[in-house]
Order: sequence, then structure tokens, then C-alpha cells
Amino acid sequence: MPDATSGRVRITDIGPPDYEQFLPPIVKRNYGQWKYHEYIKPGVMVHVSESGEKLYTVRVGSTRLLSTDTVRAIADLADKYCGGHVRFTTRNNIEFLLESDEKIDELIEDVQKTLGFPVGGIRKCVANIVHTQGWLHCHTSASDASGVVKAIMDELYDYFVTEKLPAKVRIGFACCLNMCGSVGAADIALVGVHRRPPRVLYDRVNDLCEIPNTIASCPVDAIKPITHKGKPSVEVDEDRCVFCGNCYSVCPALPIADPLNDGVAIFVGGKISNARTKPTFSKLAVPFLPNNPPRWPEVIEAVKTIFDAYKDGAREGERLGEWINRIGWPKFFKVTGFEFTKYHIDDFRLGECTMNYSNYVRGGDL
Amino acid sequence: MGKKHATPLLDQLKEGKWPSFVKELEKAAARAPRTEDLIGQLEESYKVKIPLWKHGGMAGVKGYGGGVVGRFSNYPEKFPGTKEFHTARVNQVQGFFYTSDVLRKLCDICDKYAGGIFNFHGSTGDIQILGFTQAEAEDMFQELTANGFDLGGSGSALRTPAACVGPARCEWANFDTLHMCQNITKEFQNEIHRPPFNYKFKIKFAGCPNDCVASGARSDLSVVGIWKDNIRIDQDAVKEYAKTMDIQKMVVDKCPTRCMSYDGEKLTIDDENCVKCMHCINTMPKALRPGVVKGAQIRVGAKVPMVQGPRLGFVLIPFYDVEEDKKNDYAFFKDLVQRIWDFWDEYGQNRERVGELIQRVGVGNFLEEIGLEPRPEMVEYPRPNPFIKFEEYFVEDDEEEEGEEEE
Repeated sequence: MPDATSGRVRITDIGPPDYEQFLPPIVKRNYGQWKYHEYIKPGVMVHVSESGEKLYTVRVGSTRLLSTDTVRAIADLADKYCGGHVRFTTRNNIEFLLESDEKIDELIEDVQKTLGFPVGGIRKCVANIVHTQGWLHCHTSASDASGVVKAIMDELYDYFVTEKLPAKVRIGFACCLNMCGSVGAADIALVGVHRRPPRVLYDRVNDLCEIPNTIASCPVDAIKPITHKGKPSVEVDEDRCVFCGNCYSVCPALPIADPLNDGVAIFVGGKISNARTKPTFSKLAVPFLPNNPPRWPEVIEAVKTIFDAYKDGAREGERLGEWINRIGWPKFFKVTGFEFTKYHIDDFRLGECTMNYSNYVRGGDL
Repeated sequence: MGKKHATPLLDQLKEGKWPSFVKELEKAAARAPRTEDLIGQLEESYKVKIPLWKHGGMAGVKGYGGGVVGRFSNYPEKFPGTKEFHTARVNQVQGFFYTSDVLRKLCDICDKYAGGIFNFHGSTGDIQILGFTQAEAEDMFQELTANGFDLGGSGSALRTPAACVGPARCEWANFDTLHMCQNITKEFQNEIHRPPFNYKFKIKFAGCPNDCVASGARSDLSVVGIWKDNIRIDQDAVKEYAKTMDIQKMVVDKCPTRCMSYDGEKLTIDDENCVKCMHCINTMPKALRPGVVKGAQIRVGAKVPMVQGPRLGFVLIPFYDVEEDKKNDYAFFKDLVQRIWDFWDEYGQNRERVGELIQRVGVGNFLEEIGLEPRPEMVEYPRPNPFIKFEEYFVEDDEEEEGEEEE
């Protein structure tokens, strides 16, 4: 409709473009007709249709954060090898789809030359890391995201480009408990955490925040209304606060970021797929590691410890959480050397459900 | 703006085998000078170990309550380019399929109005264009829509629905995830663009229980493809796999319900006890395929930790005939969504996800409100405690039970 002020015709509420116009011709011809797929080599697989047609996929890991130069270079590669078509995955990979296997090696070489990005990320590997914005572009972040992810993937690079793990390892990074990276069910989930309550800017609460909303935002009822210098404000009960930062999300007068006390917690053993076992959240392995930019060495070391213990201990086909369930949590803490503390025992809502109500114990030091 | 900052810390992230996001930022800055200040501000964050973005500040386009996320620097004097550095969530193409032409068009828009930098893609699924100002937002939006792209959701809205690659490139798609996601996204444009809810609401579509969009752990409503009949077995292909794989150990013994057997020749499946976990199919894709009576399962209530703790979605509808509903423009699904939203509107509190509301009022009451019958598939096991809120009871000298019938 014409805009009242400018008189221009505004297009709104059209929704996403019709996806069919972007599907490669081979996909259109075989839509819903795929019969099976096979793995050819790391990062390369083929889907075979009922019609006998074959579609080759070359998966390329990306940084998620992409410059327009790089996206144009991806477009050029799509023109050169894939008839101008390309897709992305939910885990920030780029996928080039080819109708024949003739140019796979040439494409891979070209990808490495022009983009400098690795080919891999399929099957028994470290998948590309799903992550959030971090300090780069978010006001509630308790850590950076891209930097930690880069440091981890530098360390685990060889496991992205090969298939030598017992099963897929999915790592996720969320820079605060809002978990925009929705990492809660990753094999290894890294989460930015705070360790101190918000600092209340008493004078500013009334101007910046809706007080009932702020009080309701607290999961543990730690925020109470008070009168400060004759004006409405709030106070935070430090004994109750669990440092989640949700109040800051709704009230800018409750800043919680803290250079000394923000850092990263590591959870392990989550799983989204239903294969063999039910989907499950990851569980706490390491409660806190410091923010130590630019390469977060303490975090890298802990991830490496988990990763190596899994790689050496798991049987073929076992995801990280399945391995831990087989050996038991005491053994997990024993082989990783991580300290088991009172923080590992759930005391939030329904936390008691996580206790061991049996005589079954094994794997630790008895 | 456009001044180069010294970045000794970030420079260390240009080393190493994995591609460097710092190099991406530098390439973007070469086209969009404002992005130099994004790099400078991030370097400063690496020094002081806290985020330097201001909390709050609105940004947006006319008539929409979301789709643009405002970002304002706390230090605009030092980093003038990040004074305003907003994000546009641009609704992705279903299945993340693009052509080179359309990618170049998006690049031109990103260079012209913003920081020359994208996220391909954000966690929910949108393409994110980073680094434009409020003054540029409206023109950029109009150029996006003129090129067929619209904004996605943010705030207390329906967030941009997302789907796995589905039948476009996967033999395990038990329904057309792309078609359904597109249809539902188009249907609820108003709920995406003009936040009407207590909090966010997410819908995701996965073609099979492998759940490649992670719907079951983060979407309030998760639609996961499933089949009702028997797994299709190609016994000759099983024999081929037997040459390179221990089928007993790698397939049969890992079946969660022990519903398979293998005698060294023939694989047998007791399909009545199969829970459609996908393991055997994943392991032998040439030999085993989902059945032919296909549809989806609908789960409800998944969410991340805020506020009352993380939840996975539980089974709401064990089998939904997607193909039949597709003929009807997904009327059943749309009605179900509306009933859940009505319930959430009526009883939900501010910033309470629908899963938390269900937890607060009880699943039984939720089912009654949205008009669904309880089913044993919904629970892991029935209630182990005796605290039953009976609604039927006898009254002295009355032969009929009191209760629902006479309300």
C-alpha cells in the first residue's frame, strides 16, 4: 500500500520467497524421490534417486559470520560448478550440489584456494559449531562466541576434515543463559555464565524498567520492590540470585557483566536425534572456566580432555552421552579428572529427580 | 569512522587452520568503513572482558514490531561506526537454498546499507544482515521486499519458522517440510511481524526423528516426520552390508526396543514394537527405509533455560496425517496452533513460554483447554503419586456421578 508520508508503494508481509525457484533442476526432478545415500569420503556424499540420478554433496565448514566478499566468492563457485545453485545447513556449513562426480576434486581444491574453508563435517566427525554472537554483537553476552569457537575448531580441525571418531560430536556455544545458540542438547555445550548478582542502579530502575515485569523475570524470586529516595526501585537478594541474567534482559538498570567473574560452563552428553536413545539435555561437567581471550586456553584444554576421553573410551557408533551412560558418571569424572562438586548436583526445580535412587554404582573410586 | 584500530588480540585469531571470522570482518570493513569500528570495539571487549553494547534502544521499520534488532554502542565517541549497528533478520529461503544471483543481490544490499557482513544463518534460521542505522532501515527493508525477501521474527512474536532440507535432498523426509514451513510462515505473517504474544513462539519442521533442525529441544511446537507402517527391508542389500559390518552388533543390539533379529541371512523387524528411532535406517540406508504410510508427530513445549528451566517437547499428537491436511491447506495444524495460542493468551504471564504455562497449570488442564484427549503416548509413565484432583464424585442418595456431565 502507498505510504502515508512518502507516497511510495511499500511491499510488506510477503514472507520468504518461494523456495521452488531456488532448487537446483536435479532437486526439482527428484523431489521426494530420493532412495538412499552413501558416503564417498570426508565431506562428500551422494544421494541416489528412484530414477537412478545421483546428486553429490560437498559440505564446506564456514565461520557463519561471512563478509559480502566471501558470499560473492561462494556465488562464483556455485556458478562455476553447480549451475548457480548453493545451499547452507543448520550448522553454518555451505553445501555445493553437483550432478556428477567428475568435478568434485576440482571443486574441493577451488574451495580451499578461493575461500580457504575446509571440506568435511559429515558423519563421524566434529560437526561445525553452532554458536551465538558473543561480545561481537550482543549486550547480554557473558563471553565472546566467535573467538572461542575459532580456538576450539583450530584445535579440532583434523576431526572436521576426517571421519575417525566413534560417532558425530556436536559442539554448541551460547554466550549467555538465553541460549540463542540453543546448545542445551549438544554433545559438548559451552555456555557463557555469570557468577555474581546484577549491580542495581537504584536511581535508574524507575526510569528504565517496568518494575513488576522485572520482579517476574526472576526464576528464584530474588527481586523485591523497594522505595529508593522516594521513588520506586528494586533490590536483589544476593543469597537467592542464581546469576542467570534474565532480569538484565528486561531491565537495563541491572547490569550483570563482570570482567572477573564471567566465564564459560561446560555441559556434556546431550543429544537431539532419537536414534537408539531418547533426546536429552547435556549435563554439567565443568561449572566455570575464566574468560581468557583471545584463545581461552582453559576452555580449550577442558574440551580437549572431554574429547580425548570420549575418543579413546567410546565404542564405535556411541555418541558422547551414550558412552557416559555406559561407563557411568563416576568413571567420566575419573577419566577426565574433573572435580565433582556440589554444583553438579541439581538444586533447581525438579532437581531431586536427578538423584540415584538405587544401589547401582560403578566406575568411580569406591 | 573507518579508522583502523590496532588489534593485537584479534590478530591472534587470524592464525590457525580453521577459517577466521576476524578475516571476514576485515574483508567487510574494506567495503564498509563502519565495520572497522566493530572490529575496534570487539578488540576492546577482548581487553576488558565484557560486552560494550548498550542495553535497549529501538530500531525497526514502519508497521513492523520486530525483524530488526537494535544494537547501539556504549562508546559511540570511540567507535562512531558502531553508534548504531543494527541487525535485520531476513527470512531465509526454506531449506537454505539460494542461487548465485540472489546471493549477490543480498550482498549488494548489505554493502549499500549495512556493514558488509552477514550471519549465514542465525540460530533460528534467518539470514542476518549486520550493521545498519535506523535512518537506513526503511530503505533497506524496501529494497529487500522489492527483491522478494521479507523480515523474520523477533521479540514476543512467532519466530521465523524453519525446516530441515526435507524431500529436496533426503530420502527420510516423511512429509514435505519445505512446503509446510513455507505455508505456515506465509499464513502467520502478522504474528511474525507484529509481536502479539507473552514471549517468543517457535515452530520447526523436521522430516524424521533424526531432527536435523533440533526442533525437539527448542521449539514450542515441533513437527517431526514419522511413519506408521513397516520399515521397508531390501534383504539383498542387507546381505551386502553384512560383508562389511557386524549387523548383530551395530544394528540389532542397538535397537532400543529389541524389536529386530538377524539370523545371519535375513533381518526381521517386529514393527509393532518399533519406536521409529531411525538407528537401523541410519546405519543401513541402502537396505532399510521408512514405511510408506507417512506423517508427523507433533511435540509441544520445548524451550531453553529462561525462566523456569530448559524443557524438551513432549508428545502432543502421536500421528498427524500431513498429506491429508496439506490437501486442506493445513487447516488442522493452523487450528491447533490457534488453539494453543488462545490458551497461552488467556492464561500465560509475561515472558512465560507456553511450555512453562503447561507446567504451571498441568498438562491435563492444557489438553482440556485446547480440546485434545489424553493419550498414553504422551507420557513416559502414568502418575506415581496419589494427589489426584478428582472432578467426578458421588453425592448421597444420588445414583449418578456428579461431575463433568452435569456442568
